[in-house]
Formats: sequence, C-alpha cells, structure tokens
Amino acid sequence: MTGKLVLENLKHRPMRSLLSTLLIGVPVTLILTLVGLSHGMINDSARRTQGIGAHIIVRPPGSSFLSLSGAPLDQRIVDNFFARQPHVQLAVGVVNQPVEGIFLGLTGVDLEKFSQMSGGVEYLEGGPFRASDDVIVDDYYASQHHLHPGDAVRLLNTTWRVSGVFRGGKLAHIIVPIDSLQQKISSTGKISQIYLKLDNPANIPAVMQDLKKRLPDYQIYSMQEMTALYNVNNVPLLSGFIGVVIGVGVVIGFLVVSLSMYMAVLQRTREIGILKSLGASNGFILRMIWVEALALGAGGTLLGIGMSFGAWGLIAAFVPIPVEIVTSWWPIAAGITLAGASFGALYPGLRAARHDPIEALAYE
Amino acid sequence: MSNAQGIIEVRELRKVYRVGSVDVLALRGLDLTVNAGEFLSIVGPSGSGKSTLFHIIGGLTPPTSGHVRVADHDLASLTDAGRTRLRKQTVGFVFQKFNLLPNLTARDNIAVARHIAGMDQKPDPQFEEILRLLGIASRLDHKPNALSGGEQQRIAIARAIVNRPAILLADEPTGNLDSENSCAVLGILRNLNERLGQTILMITHNPEAAVYGHHTVHMRDGKIIERT
Repeated sequence: MTGKLVLENLKHRPMRSLLSTLLIGVPVTLILTLVGLSHGMINDSARRTQGIGAHIIVRPPGSSFLSLSGAPLDQRIVDNFFARQPHVQLAVGVVNQPVEGIFLGLTGVDLEKFSQMSGGVEYLEGGPFRASDDVIVDDYYASQHHLHPGDAVRLLNTTWRVSGVFRGGKLAHIIVPIDSLQQKISSTGKISQIYLKLDNPANIPAVMQDLKKRLPDYQIYSMQEMTALYNVNNVPLLSGFIGVVIGVGVVIGFLVVSLSMYMAVLQRTREIGILKSLGASNGFILRMIWVEALALGAGGTLLGIGMSFGAWGLIAAFVPIPVEIVTSWWPIAAGITLAGASFGALYPGLRAARHDPIEALAYE
Repeated sequence: MSNAQGIIEVRELRKVYRVGSVDVLALRGLDLTVNAGEFLSIVGPSGSGKSTLFHIIGGLTPPTSGHVRVADHDLASLTDAGRTRLRKQTVGFVFQKFNLLPNLTARDNIAVARHIAGMDQKPDPQFEEILRLLGIASRLDHKPNALSGGEQQRIAIARAIVNRPAILLADEPTGNLDSENSCAVLGILRNLNERLGQTILMITHNPEAAVYGHHTVHMRDGKIIERT
C-alpha cells in the first residue's frame, strides 16, 4: 500500500516527478560519462600496447608508465645492446610525442621493423609511408577526422600527408617515420622507449631479470605488467577527480531530493493530516517520504544511465577520444544516488512526521 | 467493539491553547459520559469547544487537565504514540470536508485505513454488506474528484468504520452537503448505529441533523450546558 501511495503521489504531480528525476539523472550521467571516458582512454591505450606484439618494454629512468614526452634514450643502444641480448629476436625503438593531452600522441617508428614485431600492419586504405612527411592513421582517428589517403593533416605545426589508414589496436592512433619525428622535436638519434620481442615468451622472466640487473635505473616491464598498469587508480589525479565528481553528484542528488520532497511535504500537508487521523505513525509518514525519495532516486539513476548512452553517442560522434559504457559502475552510481536521495529525504520526512494532525487537517 | 457502559468518560476536562502569546481556554471543566452504542449529537455555536472536545476524544490532541477515558484508554496518560494507536484502533473520523486522499481511488482510500491498522487482508463480508448499504459499491474505482459530495462522504464513512472502531466521531458530516445528501448520510449513520451498535458522536450546527441522535448535548463557552 505504501508503494501505491508513493506511486500515486508521483503520478499526481508528473512535472515535479519528471524534473526531479531529470535533475537527479544529470549527475548520474556525469559520473558514468567521466568513468566511461577514463576507462575508454585507458583501455584503448592498453589494447594498442597489447597489439604491438612485443614481450618486454624498456623505458628510461624516471618516466611515467602512462605517457612519455621527449626522447632521452640514445637510439644506438637498440641495435648495439638490446638486439644482442640472449633470446631477443627483435628490438624496436620508438619516439612518442604528445599531440592532444596524454592520450593522443604521434609515434615515430621504423615501420618495417614494427611490422615484423607486430605481425604486420593491416591497411584499410592506402599503404605505408613513402615520403618523410607521410603519416599513417588508424581507422578510429581517420573516422573522427574524416581522413583518407592523400589528405593533409596538421600536427606539431607541420602538414603531413596521410599515406594509409590501418586497422586500429596497434601501437598508436598516428604513426610517422621515426627520423621525421626525431627531426621535428629536435631529438635526432634519440628514442623514447624500446620494445623487445623474444624468441619464446617462456624466456620473459629470465630476460627481464637479466636486464634489471644490468640496467637497474631503467623501467623494465613485461607487456602483461604494462597492460595491468593501465588502470584508473594508476593515473595521477584521475581517481581523485572522479571522487570529486561523485561528491558533486551526491550533493546535487541530496539537494534536488531535499527540495523536491520539502515542496511535496508542503503541498501534501493536509494529506499527511488525513493519514495521521487514520492512525498513521510518525514512522509510517517518514517511510512514505523516504520511499518516494528512493523512487525518485531510482528513476533518476535509470534516466541517468539512459542519458549516459546519449553522451556516449555524442562523444563518439564529435570528440576524438574513446569512451566506453562501464556497466559495472551502474550499481555504484545507483548507490551514490540512493544515498543522496535518502539523506535528502531526511529533513522533509521528519518535518512531515512531526506535523500536528489538527494543524495539518486545517491546512488549505 | 466494546460493549461496556460509559465507553467515553470525561471529567473536569480543560484544554488551553496557546495562540501567539495568549492562552485561550477552549474547554473549561467539561463533564460527559457516552454509553456504548449511543448516538450522541453535540451542538453549539462556533467557539463553544465542540471541535476541541472531538479532537481530544479522537486522540488528535492531548487534554491540558482532567480525566478522559475512551474505550479503556486514559487519554491524559497517553503519549503521542499511544494517541496514534487510539486513532488506528479505537476511533474513526468523518470530517465535514470528507478528507479523502485525492490521489487514491475510493477503494484505496478505504484500503489505506486498513493498511495503517495493519489489516491488509480483505475486509470481512459484513463490510461488503455495509458498502452496499452505503450505496457506493459501484463507485469504488473512482477518485474523489469524480465523486459527488454525498458519495465522498459515504466513502469517508466506509473508511472510518472499515476497521470496526469502538467509536465513530463525525464532525459536521453534512456541512458540505445539500439537504438530500444530508438526509442520506444521517440515515446511514443512524442505520450503522442501529444495525451494528456503532457508538457515534456527531458535531453539528444543524438542529434537524441533531435529532438523528439518541441524545443531544448543547455546548457553550467550553462547557456542556444542557443534555436532552
């Protein structure tokens, strides 16, 4: 019966119910979109790292796992040192240069050696570089920027010519000749990191142990370790930022529910008086308000999830960053919203419960 | 329903309301006895204390002093929770303005009273008979705004007695009705009293309505001045 009372109350003022649900849904969408962006970008990086085909990655001392800017390593160590280590079949040095934040960068590589390591680059349109200012882009970046072979693309204050569009999931969204990139960033003969492909994956622990002994300051990871590092909690400030957005979501949910239920209690003073005249206890009235707030919270969560699909579609269509629908966050978003709604209902509910029945019955 | 005599016993009842910084004496040492199964009309001018008496007997407000016993409950010693239980189990209200929940159908308005009383199962067959007596069986699925005043008041009566309270308190039950519906509602109240032995206290301004009761008490200035 309480459910029916609540449902009829919500139906009785549909605009209030709809607006409250919408306002509760907005922070839910905000949280889910932010989480979707974080996961999308990180998983995209992880997928591309896995697609390289290497077994070990070697990074310069003091570098961040997530991104590299600059090229501090001498390129000669690739062939003179790493390629000569036992069980190393192929060593490829690359140069990374950020273009748009930490998640989009240019990667300079020797395409022939990289193709050997990764098992080949699959071209959907066009083909590999033929000139020093050629660039190949993956299908994701190409579709975002409507690029085809022969098109010009401006990056690092340079106009590049797209020579090919490759199937994504390997190394980077944008790949250029390593020599050209080294020249553009004034790092001729320098590289950012080195990928090693071994003769047998079973030798990964032994090779890593040996390298770590000989290069104690370098950051040496297996690709499996590297992929595992792609996690929201490992991105500096990101989990803190998500926490702030969640906090804002809770506060908005709390305020919306509090205001909405406060208005509802005012509008329904007489009805509360009627219920009290029938013997409804303070607990019954409080529970009725609380259930109604939870219903608004649940509706806001569902609407917020629905709107997050809309946000996902808009981002995918207009913004060149990967975004995912993270279903595991739906119950978390619901929990956050319902907690905000519960707290928001507390004051109006207690106020309603404490109404004097005679005054409430006389309320016009 | 209690069949004991003196189901309502009121002695030296005083009620003082605080209005701003002024104390208003609404009841000034009132004595009243109502027997079980009695239909008592209470008449008097505005401000005579009728509604205050009604609210105290119904457990909507506590007495300031005096002795009030309603169906073996000593109202002076009842807490707020105790008065809530009294309203849930012992008394039923019928108001001048019907006071139906506007969002619920007539059926749900009656059901909510049973739900609050913790009786979610269907009413007993006798209640179905009462619904037929009230002439509202075919109107139960309508919301109050689709019902006439007379129909709303009959629903309110059904809601008030659905839990078989010992006492039915009716505050100007015909105040918002035309004469035809007034007669019908008063007839229903008398019928309930005669058929079920329902104890009824009815406040009214209307002397013609008052005669439906077995007895009439006249109030003035917070006291009963005459019982006929």
